[in-house]
Amino acid sequence: MRKIDTNDMLLQVTTKITAFIILLFSLHLFLAGHNNPGGGFIGGLMSAGAVVLLLLAYDLKTVRRILPFNFIYVAATGLLVAILTGMGSFLFGAPFLSHAFDYFQLPFLGKTELATAVLFDIGVYLVVVGITMTIIQTIGEKE
Amino acid sequence: MINFLLLPILIPLITGVILIFFSKNIIAQRWISGISSLSTIAVSAILVQKIRQDGIQTLDVSSWDAPFGITLVSDMLSALLVLTTSIVACTTLIYSFRSIGQERERFYYYPCFNFLIVGVNGAFTTGDIFNLFVFFEVMLMASYALIVLGGTKIQLRESIKYLLVNIISSALFVITVAYLYSVVGTLNMAHISQRISEVDQPGIITVIAILFLVVFGLKGAVFPLSFWLPGSYNAPPIPVMALFGALLTKVGVYSIMRTYTLLFYHDTGYTSKILATLAILSIIFGLIGALAFADIKKIIIYNIIVAVGVILFGISVMTTDSLTGSVFYLIHDMLIKTTLFLLIGIIISITGTSKLQEISGLIKKYPGLAWTFFLSALSLAGIPPLSGFIGKLLIVKGGFEAGNYLGAAIVLISSLLILLSIMKIFINGFWGTPRSYEGEKKASVKTLMIAPIILIIISILLGVGAQAVYPYISQAAETLVKPEIYIDAVLKE
Repeated sequence: MRKIDTNDMLLQVTTKITAFIILLFSLHLFLAGHNNPGGGFIGGLMSAGAVVLLLLAYDLKTVRRILPFNFIYVAATGLLVAILTGMGSFLFGAPFLSHAFDYFQLPFLGKTELATAVLFDIGVYLVVVGITMTIIQTIGEKE
Repeated sequence: MINFLLLPILIPLITGVILIFFSKNIIAQRWISGISSLSTIAVSAILVQKIRQDGIQTLDVSSWDAPFGITLVSDMLSALLVLTTSIVACTTLIYSFRSIGQERERFYYYPCFNFLIVGVNGAFTTGDIFNLFVFFEVMLMASYALIVLGGTKIQLRESIKYLLVNIISSALFVITVAYLYSVVGTLNMAHISQRISEVDQPGIITVIAILFLVVFGLKGAVFPLSFWLPGSYNAPPIPVMALFGALLTKVGVYSIMRTYTLLFYHDTGYTSKILATLAILSIIFGLIGALAFADIKKIIIYNIIVAVGVILFGISVMTTDSLTGSVFYLIHDMLIKTTLFLLIGIIISITGTSKLQEISGLIKKYPGLAWTFFLSALSLAGIPPLSGFIGKLLIVKGGFEAGNYLGAAIVLISSLLILLSIMKIFINGFWGTPRSYEGEKKASVKTLMIAPIILIIISILLGVGAQAVYPYISQAAETLVKPEIYIDAVLKE
């Protein structure tokens, strides 16, 4: 029997653009977390959402080729980042998780507030992306 | 270093995370987790010594002052429990190396193991009621993974029950914390205690106290809420069972101890009566179970409920003696339950069954196993030179002093029946005519015996050297009797 070609062209083209916009928006949410609603959790969830859209439009193999990570390791890296950020304060004799911030003159961005809390948030972001993708991929692969 | 009291939480946490990267390399996993659990023991022993010298250690995480940030508080009670947890973890780990099997080791057994220890150590150390909830969840999540890991039919069935019960009790925990927060407006335990003493425990606080009893009773298997325990603990493999039996229920008991001595100690008429009744019912229910079954796993599992009852009875009496006894008994029980679970694990690995009728005459071939089991059975029942004696003595003494004769008498009689239930295993299983069993391997028994022998030595030292240990225990009980010490140490006034 000849396999019928499914025509997902419309979906796939839209996905290419939409996934990109979703990723950008998730990045925006992630960076906005300190002063506006947003942060690592929602940012990570939305990034995972973009990948899930790719999964829907293409298939597991293609997505795995685009993002060749083992997502369990992504989650573990995130945990490690979060813990090490907390332990960074040990170097300065401060209690665990003490965070610091300062204002820097950056090129293009001008005067910007940089806080170590963002590093912790990167950890949260990676954990959320890692866990969500692990769950979805594991369920998706199962026969 | 000011962060020192964090290390018993941090070391297993980092280990757990690092082990995820080595999930396929079993040798590396064993080495890393072994070294980390030894260093956790060392760190917590130093911590105990430090508290003995300098008093309660507190750490305001992320530099926010006491009531506003999360405070970690290590008083003598929590430090001793952390030390005991580390010892239990290390010995169970040594036992796991030989018994858990490569299939499970490859599927994140050691990371889950370490996360469980993070949860337990964290729950013992935290000084914040919501943080306590979070550490409970860390512990429970890891325990869900451990109980189902392997995926045999009985594990799947029992883990559904276990999950269901614990999710409900966790939801109840959140609701109770919400009630408490709406009444006192703070989450720091020392600050809650201060606020409660300002309003002098009105009726709603007593309601919250009972709700906490329900929550922690579900976690810690207090009588009417212990229905889930015998089935669920029967399912996982032996090292996991030992870990659960020694640690999980004891965290619930610790939480009852902490909340009832630190927060709800103003109007004890009602709460302590309920606590005492439930404690005695737990003892009776546990004993009935322990005597009724002819299954060695079940006998030990029901003995957990008895021990929970004995400790709770000590808490309900609330005298210095009984609280000291409770602390002593808690530590003793964590050690001895691990020993017993590991020993019956060895028996099951020799005989391939947990039914008492099918086992006999083990003493001929395995005298070491038999006498270790005999010693730990005597210790469980509380025979004088061993570790179970002093704790129970103090609890009974406290009970008689406070005039709760019935309760104290039941605690005394319970010892006899515990001895009967455990000697049933010894007499039927070790005496009698030797049988041959399929799959007997003498070599593996020797390596498996390392962990229980270490534990029984510690337990004997705890009993024989009670004179040396007593100052530590009484310092732990002092904080329970005088919550001001705890509050002053946290709020630094």
